[in-house]
Amino acid sequence: MGAIFTDPDADKAREFFRKKSRALKPKVMSVKEAVEKYVHDGDYLCIGGFGANRIPTAVCHEIVRQGRKNMGFAGHTSTHDFQILCAGEVFDKLDVAYIVGLEARGLSPNARRYMESGKVKVSEWTNYSLSVRFKAAAAGVSFYPSRNIMGTDTFHYSGAKIIQCPFTGTKYAAMPAIWPDVSAIHVHEADIYGNCRIRGITVSDLDVARASKHLIITCERLIQNDEIRRDPSFTSIPYWCVDAVCEVPYGSYPGNMYGEYFSDEEHLREWLKVEENPEEFKKFLDKNIYSCKDHFDYIERNGGMHKLLKLREKEFMFSKARD
Amino acid sequence: MADYNTMELMICTAARELEDGACVGVGTGAPCAAAMLAQKAHSPNLVILFEAGGAAPLIPEMPISVGDSRTTWKAVMASGMCEIMETACRGMLDYTFLGGAQIDMYGNLNSTRIGPDHQKPKVRFPGSGGANDFASFCWRMMVMTPQDPKRFVEKVSYITTPGWLQGGDSRAKSGLPLGAGPYKIITNMAVMDFEPESKRMRIIAINPGYSEKDVQDNCGFELLKAKKIVENKPPTKQELSILRDQIDPYRYVIGR
Repeated sequence: MGAIFTDPDADKAREFFRKKSRALKPKVMSVKEAVEKYVHDGDYLCIGGFGANRIPTAVCHEIVRQGRKNMGFAGHTSTHDFQILCAGEVFDKLDVAYIVGLEARGLSPNARRYMESGKVKVSEWTNYSLSVRFKAAAAGVSFYPSRNIMGTDTFHYSGAKIIQCPFTGTKYAAMPAIWPDVSAIHVHEADIYGNCRIRGITVSDLDVARASKHLIITCERLIQNDEIRRDPSFTSIPYWCVDAVCEVPYGSYPGNMYGEYFSDEEHLREWLKVEENPEEFKKFLDKNIYSCKDHFDYIERNGGMHKLLKLREKEFMFSKARD
Repeated sequence: MADYNTMELMICTAARELEDGACVGVGTGAPCAAAMLAQKAHSPNLVILFEAGGAAPLIPEMPISVGDSRTTWKAVMASGMCEIMETACRGMLDYTFLGGAQIDMYGNLNSTRIGPDHQKPKVRFPGSGGANDFASFCWRMMVMTPQDPKRFVEKVSYITTPGWLQGGDSRAKSGLPLGAGPYKIITNMAVMDFEPESKRMRIIAINPGYSEKDVQDNCGFELLKAKKIVENKPPTKQELSILRDQIDPYRYVIGR
């Protein structure tokens, strides 16, 4: 009963990927350029990371700043990124696993208003269901079987179908592949061609990277290709998946970046608070997104390097993260 | 009057369910506090898994997200969603603790919406996240929730997460993995399990200071009663001191 917003046809995806460049060429550009070039109205979008952890904040802000509309979106434990995209009413078709909440921080009043407005067409999934949909796409097949969601309304409002195992007769839920038109993932390190290294949890990002037709990478720092080739065991996303590489230090701010900096809980609390009043929220967005030149401008307006150094301390000294 | 609050009691009750060497999938808040308490009090070899990828950490303090850096503190692996859920689907996760806006007599949970129109809900909640997945795959699903007639309803508006579905053998027929399902419901007033045939919720223990009537009065459907209903044990001094001094000194969860 739920809609499937992207075509699960594996042969059509193969036709696309057949033409995707395998050339080892520099892809470094600004976030502004990357969004202009690869994110279009009506595209299906996926954002990497989990909640407010290792998210490409700069790309989310830029999509809102450039006023993209009518996009499809994968709400795959999407918390602060979801909050940002809702502020711009960027999408009107949504695959849901976890949205409108910021886990232990509470629920986003503005995201709820948007989701209760009737403006968004919704299909329901779960975290694993969406992960499996990316896994299918990454593997180049049109669906993947899983043993969850059966018997629930989550199944009823999803686009999954019940199938039978040809060997045992057991029931499975068939999860249709998603090949996002464009995704953005924030990583620790990348070379100029897009070979990426990620530390900490990977969530579904390795499959998302392989499933996406276009991929924007933001990285904490650029590294030499020699360093990638010195030990390829650390490469988790290969360059042929990547279309744009943007160096954005502190790119997950105000989110957490494993081994780099903790989340800015004060600023995230401010977002949730200011959303209660639509007028105040508009001013807040003008200050923090619409009138910002880029991610550094945004960080400067919220404490700059002093704030970032504190967040680095917190990441390294957990006991202080409570304060 | 004993010196503990109901949240502390619920967390201690939940923690005691986790035996040493077991494997539990948890979310943030009370479930995480329960797993941390078990690991520090009586189950040093408890394996704690987080859906975002943290595998077997020794959590230094309460995470604010199931994906934040603390969920991989001294962990054996930083993995991903599929790794964790596949481990569960393979049958290697013994327990999970969940919550929700509504629960019915078969342990089905709603964390998606209130109101009949799915595209324009009266109230929108976050949705499943990994709850449906953990409840489908983990052998024993437990729920920690306040006992309140608005939460304990005859029929949930939407089944986000499977309990025993419509009772009887309906869950087995649905295609969900056999043998897994709701195990215990832990509230501020009581502990419930499920009657084996009908799969209806049943009182098995009452918390100190409450009566069976209190529990029934704060439930929107008729509860079954076990032949012998015991009194649930209050938290010990040791449990409380670990909970207050090490796990949640800033009272994020136990101060609620």
